[in-house]
Amino acid sequence: MERQVRYQRESEPGWTRTIVARPGCERLMSCVQCGTCSGTCPLSLYMDFTPRRIIALVREGFRRDVLSSQTIWLCASCYACAAHCPQDIHITDVMFTLKREAIHQRLFPTRFPIPVLAQEFYRMVRRRGRISEFWVVLRLVLRTNPSALFSMARAGVTLMRRGRLSIGRKRVRNIDELHRALSGSREVM
Amino acid sequence: MASQSRPQPPLGYLYFPGCSLKGTGVAYDESLVTLFGLLGLPLEELPDWNCCGATSYMAIGEETAFVLAARNLAIAQRLGALELVAPCSACYLVLRKTVDYSYRYPEVRRQIEEAMARAGLPFPNAVRVRHPLEVLFNDVGEARIAATVKRRWSGGRVACYYGCQAVRPYAEVDDTYGPTRMDELLAAAGIPTIDYPVKTQCCGGSLTGTIATVGKELNCILLKEAERKGAEAIVTICPLCQFNLDVHQAEIRDRTGATFDMPILLLPQILGWVLGGERRALGLHRAISGRRLLAQWLGAPAERDAYA
Repeated sequence: MERQVRYQRESEPGWTRTIVARPGCERLMSCVQCGTCSGTCPLSLYMDFTPRRIIALVREGFRRDVLSSQTIWLCASCYACAAHCPQDIHITDVMFTLKREAIHQRLFPTRFPIPVLAQEFYRMVRRRGRISEFWVVLRLVLRTNPSALFSMARAGVTLMRRGRLSIGRKRVRNIDELHRALSGSREVM
Repeated sequence: MASQSRPQPPLGYLYFPGCSLKGTGVAYDESLVTLFGLLGLPLEELPDWNCCGATSYMAIGEETAFVLAARNLAIAQRLGALELVAPCSACYLVLRKTVDYSYRYPEVRRQIEEAMARAGLPFPNAVRVRHPLEVLFNDVGEARIAATVKRRWSGGRVACYYGCQAVRPYAEVDDTYGPTRMDELLAAAGIPTIDYPVKTQCCGGSLTGTIATVGKELNCILLKEAERKGAEAIVTICPLCQFNLDVHQAEIRDRTGATFDMPILLLPQILGWVLGGERRALGLHRAISGRRLLAQWLGAPAERDAYA
């Protein structure tokens, strides 16, 4: 039997402070738990913790629960929550911050496709400055669910026939300029 | 830097296509260029642009996400442009947010300043980010659209789908809760639209490619609502929305017993058509769903009516 309740000694208020300090997250502590965010979120039906609950968990400092949730990855960044929040909390920015934390702390299931997509996307952009949709999706599928390639092949062929599947690898010409701009951060690829 | 060697600022609109418009969204690139040509507005692509990062990069890159977008604004500024037009809603939002956050947050401002200095680029403080819907509404206007119409629209009623990131959180492109500019432009062009309450509900974005069942559910809602309200096609302003609504209809039909096969058009495609643009130049041959209806509406060349 697993304990369903968290004890205060397990909370990490220091972590909460680091989240609130990020750009966009400053009004997080003003949340009144009205639930409007959960109500407007088109993905809330599928989430393990609804947006309202995630905000509550962040405020109380339950880092592991938040960062291991599926919620932060199911967020489609549609900004419906942020647009309706009566306290003007930039909930979408909170979600982006939590995604980054989960990646840095490696707290997501390894084959969960959304963080894998984000990683492949990020790496391709850091290397080449541009995305090739075909190659990003191919890498994503190979890493998470290779057998899906067969079912996706048909859609791929249709797109190709319509000239909408560009196979060429795109690259920024002045890539050194971009790399110089992106260097100097401590982000890990 | 010697001012006499600075190149001429661009004559017309400077345009940021983004990765999608050079891939699955190529019809948007084609139709936007064609439409602006029909309206006599010069449109020039931003040279050597880089990916804006969209939502995926922002999910990983804390320090570099705004820097990535800022390089594009800096290139525009170095060219002497005061505006940058971004058709893809995700690109529009990332660029617009970069401008906003570089003002609001000293930390973001500092990151961009330092990065641009390393790259030898100016700090982009003078470039305004715009979207084609708002350019068409404000700069061109309904009256001019109506006066430039060459063909009567012989197709069905359409649902104007705005999506999310073009109208949230910034309300400069259109009203966040009840956008109507697309509807008004189409009305001016003689195209009937329906009342579509889910017009700003998310299509699922990149979730359709990752958590497929969830993404398709969201798409199914949008398609069914359009059908229920009497629309025979959906017009959108985002290439990812267009892709999602277009590509998954066959599978949605198989799984749910739905019968729709709706053309999913981009705003410049439908406007460009009634303003006299040619089918291939508008990328209309690239549709995946609704091809039969489109063939009927666009007609064989001999049957096209001129706008009397």
